[in-house]
Amino acid sequence: MPDIIKNNQDFWASEFVHNFRGNSSAIIGSAIIIFFIFLVVFGPSLVRQNPYDIASLELMDAYKPPVWLPGGDIKYILGTDGQGRDLLASIVYGTRISLLIGLTAMLCSSLIGATLGLIAGYYGGRWDGVIMRIADVQLSFPSLLIALFLMSAFGTGIDKVLIALTCVGWVVYARTVRGSTLSEKQKEYVQAAQAAGLPNRKIIVRHILPNVLTPLIVVATIQIGTFILIEASLSFLGVGVPITKPSLGLLVKNGFDVLLSGLWWTSVFPGAVIMFLVFGINLLGDFLRDELNPRLR
Amino acid sequence: MDNGLLHIRGLKTYFHTFGGVIKAVDGVNFSLNEGEILGVVGESGCGKSVVGFSIMGLIDAPGRIESGEIRFNGANLPDLDEREMRKVRGKEITMIFQDPMTSLNPLYTIQAQMEEVMKLHSTMNAEQRKKRCIELLDDVGISQPASRLKNYPHQFSGGMRQRVIIAIALASNPKLVIADEPTTALDVTIQSQILKLMKRLVREHHTAMILITHDLAVVSEMADKIIVMYCGRIVEKGTRDNIINRSRHPYTLGLLSSIPNLASRQKRLSQIPGMVPNIMHLPPGCAFAPRCDYVQEKCRTHRPELAELEPGHTAACYFPVER
Repeated sequence: MPDIIKNNQDFWASEFVHNFRGNSSAIIGSAIIIFFIFLVVFGPSLVRQNPYDIASLELMDAYKPPVWLPGGDIKYILGTDGQGRDLLASIVYGTRISLLIGLTAMLCSSLIGATLGLIAGYYGGRWDGVIMRIADVQLSFPSLLIALFLMSAFGTGIDKVLIALTCVGWVVYARTVRGSTLSEKQKEYVQAAQAAGLPNRKIIVRHILPNVLTPLIVVATIQIGTFILIEASLSFLGVGVPITKPSLGLLVKNGFDVLLSGLWWTSVFPGAVIMFLVFGINLLGDFLRDELNPRLR
Repeated sequence: MDNGLLHIRGLKTYFHTFGGVIKAVDGVNFSLNEGEILGVVGESGCGKSVVGFSIMGLIDAPGRIESGEIRFNGANLPDLDEREMRKVRGKEITMIFQDPMTSLNPLYTIQAQMEEVMKLHSTMNAEQRKKRCIELLDDVGISQPASRLKNYPHQFSGGMRQRVIIAIALASNPKLVIADEPTTALDVTIQSQILKLMKRLVREHHTAMILITHDLAVVSEMADKIIVMYCGRIVEKGTRDNIINRSRHPYTLGLLSSIPNLASRQKRLSQIPGMVPNIMHLPPGCAFAPRCDYVQEKCRTHRPELAELEPGHTAACYFPVER
């Protein structure tokens, strides 16, 4: 596997790249994701103000409409909110927080979920029973409800959102990895490794894990979008990130109060950004699922 | 206990399923000397593979070794704990599996997979390991071995993969190789090449081998001693000559007569009538009685034990066929 990646020419000539080029939804998805990555990396140095530096805010400019509407100001392309914050700048900073939460939650929960899934699938028996029953019980509740419950117990904060999302998210990874582990475990190379005297831990890490990575990657990609959505919902309901570190969901909530008074832009633009972000991630995730799952070919 | 390498006494491996206890191996005795090839023959589900896995200590739940001794080099394997057993597996006893397509991990080069065993069981450095890999591949008849080390399993054909697997099995100079249907998944021309190769290597290295197969023809080419199993028990045991030429158990005779014979013209191959009984509900007497041409009243009610017919040749039959 590493050799394939090392050799660039092989990679660009591979079937994967060929299929990627022919798949418009994959290209659109990656374009959206690359755009957002660009936005969160370079965005803060491109926008005019840091919306959370109170000194740079001008209350006089509160609720300016977007630039193309009457009363719009060229300084605030997407308009401003009640404190005179540039909405574009808020969105750039909010996207950073949303993406950070989505990615970190994905890493944490895939790490925990994959470990538990490998243990459950490989050792079976009691381990399997305990881990998977917990997962079943958890899946019988809507994930948002569990996250909401945890957050109201923890209080707000980025770290607490991450913990809540990890608690909610590990189940999907554990189930996926367990399923693949069960089927990999039946293959003779695992028996051969056992017969060669390899300890179980090594068999799991060296032989099974690399073979279950593919479904894990697919689920992980799609889960980023899910995590961003759950975080946005939590923040919208007021139990997510703190006011001082607003994510996209919190921006929607802030604008929601004045949505019906005609000041629609404060809510709609952050909402549209969430939609595009998740849309892009899902498009790429769908492509990966079709591409990496041999059964769907 | 003479100079034998492996002595198995009263081995019972049962599987405790919801439907009942499956006596996959029910009281098996045999022994094997260094450098000997033992063929274990029987039809599907007769417990021959379970014998192999019992020796390796790789019986998964719900299966369990109920009782019996597996003396290997003086130590009783079922008594060893997992850590000690891991030192036996892959070093003293290795295994060759049926399906070469799945018994190599698709994600690693064959060098990595060959070296895995060496890293585990020897103190060779990287250079020595590489040299040994080339030597082993050369031994199993892979041409230009040095250039193939970095290849992945999918770049090999089935026969070549089985050669690689044999090389891995021999990598640590084991005392015993257990080959579980090593040629079943290969086509016939490759089969005979692989068999000849295994026989040559085993002889050269003075390694003992247990060859598990359903193919009597394979065994008759390879083995020094043969065990015939039926429903978890040994029905006949002897040297190759005993079994192939002077077999007296009706089941073995049935198996032998269902091999096509090129020397004589036959219209139809003979077959053993009936089916293997459900192993959970074996008949009270001889398990083969319902299908046996020579069955008598006693066979249905009493289970025959192995009895000596001539020195070294035993059969579990009250009325061994006179030939």
